[in-house]
Amino acid sequence: MAKAKSSRTRANAETMAAKQRDISVSEFFAKNRHLLGFDNPRKALLTTVKEAVDNALDACEEAAILPDIEVKIEEITPPPSVSKPGRYRVTITDNGPGIVRKQVENIFGRLLYGSKFHRLKMSRGQQGIGISAAGMYGLMTTGKPMVITTRPKKGKPAHHLELAMDTTKNKPEVTVDIETDDFPNTTGTRVAIEMEAKFFRGKGSVETYLEQTAISNPHCSITFIPPDKANENPDLAESEPEVQADDQGIVRTQEFSDRIVYPRTVDELPPETQEIKPHPYGVELGTFLTKLKQTDEKQLTGFFKNEFCRVPPSVVASVTKEASSKSKSFSGSTWVKTLEPNDAEKIYKALQESKLRAPPTDCLSPIGVKTMLAGLLKGVKAEFYTASTRKPAVYRGNPFQIEAAIAYGGDLAGDQQARVIRYANRVPLLYQQSACSAFKSVVDTSWKNYGMQQPRGGAPVGPLVVMIHMASVWVPFTSESKEAIADYDEIRKEMQLALQECGRKLGQYIRRRQRMKRDAQKRDVFERYIGEIAKACNHLTGTDTKEFYDKLLEQAKARTEIADAQLDDEGNFVKDDHGRLAKADDVIILDSNAEQDATNNDSHISETKPVTKKKRVTKKASKKKRTTKKKSTSGLFN
Amino acid sequence: MAKKKVTKKKVVKKTTKKVSKKKTTKKTTASARTKSHSRAERDAHTSEKLSNLAQNIVDSVNKGAEPEMDVPVRAASNTNWNEKKRILEMGDSVGTRQLFNLGQARKFMQTLLHSTSVSDLIEQDKTSSLRGMFYKSLHTIEGTKEKTFDDQTESDGILEDLEVSLGSLREELHIFAKKRGTMVGNITVVDSGDEINCRKMGSGGYAIPSICEPDVIQFKDVKADFILHVEKDTVWQRFNEDRFWETHNCILTEGSGQPTRGVRRMLHRLHTEHKLPVYCLLDCDPWGHYIYSVIKQGSISLAFESQRLAIPDAKFLGIRAIDYDRCELSDDVKISLNDRDITRAKQIAAYPWFEKDKQWQKEIKKMLSNGFKMEVESLITKDISYVTEEYVPARLKAKDWLG
Repeated sequence: MAKAKSSRTRANAETMAAKQRDISVSEFFAKNRHLLGFDNPRKALLTTVKEAVDNALDACEEAAILPDIEVKIEEITPPPSVSKPGRYRVTITDNGPGIVRKQVENIFGRLLYGSKFHRLKMSRGQQGIGISAAGMYGLMTTGKPMVITTRPKKGKPAHHLELAMDTTKNKPEVTVDIETDDFPNTTGTRVAIEMEAKFFRGKGSVETYLEQTAISNPHCSITFIPPDKANENPDLAESEPEVQADDQGIVRTQEFSDRIVYPRTVDELPPETQEIKPHPYGVELGTFLTKLKQTDEKQLTGFFKNEFCRVPPSVVASVTKEASSKSKSFSGSTWVKTLEPNDAEKIYKALQESKLRAPPTDCLSPIGVKTMLAGLLKGVKAEFYTASTRKPAVYRGNPFQIEAAIAYGGDLAGDQQARVIRYANRVPLLYQQSACSAFKSVVDTSWKNYGMQQPRGGAPVGPLVVMIHMASVWVPFTSESKEAIADYDEIRKEMQLALQECGRKLGQYIRRRQRMKRDAQKRDVFERYIGEIAKACNHLTGTDTKEFYDKLLEQAKARTEIADAQLDDEGNFVKDDHGRLAKADDVIILDSNAEQDATNNDSHISETKPVTKKKRVTKKASKKKRTTKKKSTSGLFN
Repeated sequence: MAKKKVTKKKVVKKTTKKVSKKKTTKKTTASARTKSHSRAERDAHTSEKLSNLAQNIVDSVNKGAEPEMDVPVRAASNTNWNEKKRILEMGDSVGTRQLFNLGQARKFMQTLLHSTSVSDLIEQDKTSSLRGMFYKSLHTIEGTKEKTFDDQTESDGILEDLEVSLGSLREELHIFAKKRGTMVGNITVVDSGDEINCRKMGSGGYAIPSICEPDVIQFKDVKADFILHVEKDTVWQRFNEDRFWETHNCILTEGSGQPTRGVRRMLHRLHTEHKLPVYCLLDCDPWGHYIYSVIKQGSISLAFESQRLAIPDAKFLGIRAIDYDRCELSDDVKISLNDRDITRAKQIAAYPWFEKDKQWQKEIKKMLSNGFKMEVESLITKDISYVTEEYVPARLKAKDWLG
């Protein structure tokens, strides 16, 4: 510090002390809203929807209710110019368990309040900042309080509250608190927030988010009413027809004049996950000391048993022995209270160096191969789908599980980079793709081995959608706005292995398709020349043209039949009359136009001759246990 | 070349089986030639071979076997240097052309189409040009937009295949090529019964036909002492205008670059039947050297005809690499060698018949160290008739040539 030589009065410790005071968390985030994903008006809308939907899904699943969610965005004031935001009202309604009256203010009106932060359990939300931050953003930009309607008990009236937030105190202010019958679901919650924002479609939009959420959560049904639809047809929502299966018998996302519906295609809820205690490898010294201080246990054995997982008394015995020295020795029966910080550090170090079993993995709920396939089938129009779920693994003492899925071909654009959709605990990650471990693992995988093109240092190019999901009790995000997964070696490795599993199946499929193409070409070529050859032989030897032609044709057919039969014998291609079927658990192949492609590619092939061959529909016969085929018009897995 | 698209296994299998067959066909064709059958007899023989080709296919299909035909491989891998005879010969490898093979089906069909066309020609006793054959067999395959032949090159290749697989010569198939090459000199030629006095051909000369077989062309009054073959028409004009053939009593021929089968057959017959030595006056560049090599030893694609075409005793008179110094030519005549020339020259130097020839090794090395090539016309810089009045006479007198 420069010595005060000038006449101006400089601050001294006293005056400075007068200005030093608590910073409330709400205040901090009000100033640093970009940390929570409210950087700009475009993103504000997305973050709000995202937080509300995540909460709704978490609540529904915990209460074992199949989620029905409606997202409605109304335009109150259109953006006055391209650079300025307009004013929107975002309303999210769910059919979850509702919230008891007493907790409404805390949940929606306070930052860092929630059930999810203090436990190690897999859930979408983690910190408990999201929805209250959205409400705060709305309040700050429009001055309008957040409107909450919730019915926690069936048959009872719903609570209707309007909440403002006092940022300096991190406390909610209830401005309206009445009871109402105006709520559509038997139980559930509706949140409405008015805010300055910008509505748009395409990459990084609300629509993309909902689409991807629908893919990773096929057990939920989402109805989206964007501003153009909401404002034009406010009353038509009920009169429109239900979602119908398309001509392939697949229920897909459908856009009506007044709404977009992401239908439910799986009727099973994800399994309930267990809460776990922290694993010592994931605990830092400071946390360890805090736990020692706060524990109710008297002795070390009990402390380790109740505060951590995977530290049985035998381990405690060896760890304490390791930490003992001449001056002081410890054992499982050492009193916690007697430990000095130095002693605690010794024990901590010994614990870190000891061999511990990996944490239990029943806390993880992967989406599952079948569900991922159902989700992709609904959301992506492709011809080949495959998925793979890895076994659980551990990073820094946190168990996690990686899943990947691929959709290939069909209506996807073939000349663009593959679309990579990333999920963490079933929540789509829309921003900061290149910083994300998931995207990096896609880049690092050599897709050329699987028949795709791949520029150096880039994602593969081709008609491809790659989906990566990380399930964990604690997903390591690079920032609080939860947009990219941090780059741990263990995580990256698992991701690559999952991608490789999918890639291999894709490669098989692509190679098989090429082989089919070749076969079809071959048959065409032979059949084309046979006529000429029969005529020539007739001219030279006098053999009957027709008779000889038939014989040649017979041989040509026999030869291609042999080719077909070989495929059958390998068990790779089986004819299927129903248009689609996946007997393999992890692969779905839809009717492809492979043969028509072959026709177009070969300039020699007749254009006048109609392609009379049956479109071959193929599926991969599984070596694993086969699931029974379910015929259904409404959905693949219904 | 696509013809050798045969899996290795098959070659082994087939060659062992085919060697005997090949020998018999050779014998029959050789006898057909030496005995000089009447035309009708020869045609009947060719027709029989054609119908046999088709009958084999019909038979194997009736038996339920794969329809296929044997086509000797025309490629460098199947061309052998016969050191004793000093000519290039075709080896014994035979490829199998199958209908039910994706890579061969089209060629299979084309071969049969040309067989029919040839059979038509024989039946009507007409001959056709290579281009004519292309059109004769060209049509759109019924029910498709595919043409039987894409271009004449495709058709020409198939005809050469047909020649080797039948063991018949082009003329036996009633096919001729475009005329190329000119002749003048102290000789009278009987061409299809017409006597042509090659001493009285004016400035144009006698155009050498593409078929020079004894039944079409006979020689009369062969008074010349030797043959001077020059590379191209322009040089030939110079010699004809200067009446070189008269003053030196020779026959003057020209092949418009790489000589056609007609020209080579004409030279070969004059050389063997009338013991006339052949001297070649070609450019000093890899191309000129290669023309000489073909005249002398035969070519890869026509290796099966070397016996009737190659002249192992032909001499290379010039232009020599040392001529730049020897004739004191000006710098202007130098044309520098490009990379392709250099690679080609090295390839030619490695040919077995040049490899052991010290003179030729020296010649090519000299050209490479010169770094430039020279055309015959470059001698015009000395004097318009330097080549006819001084250069060639001096070389002949000094017996200064490469053999």
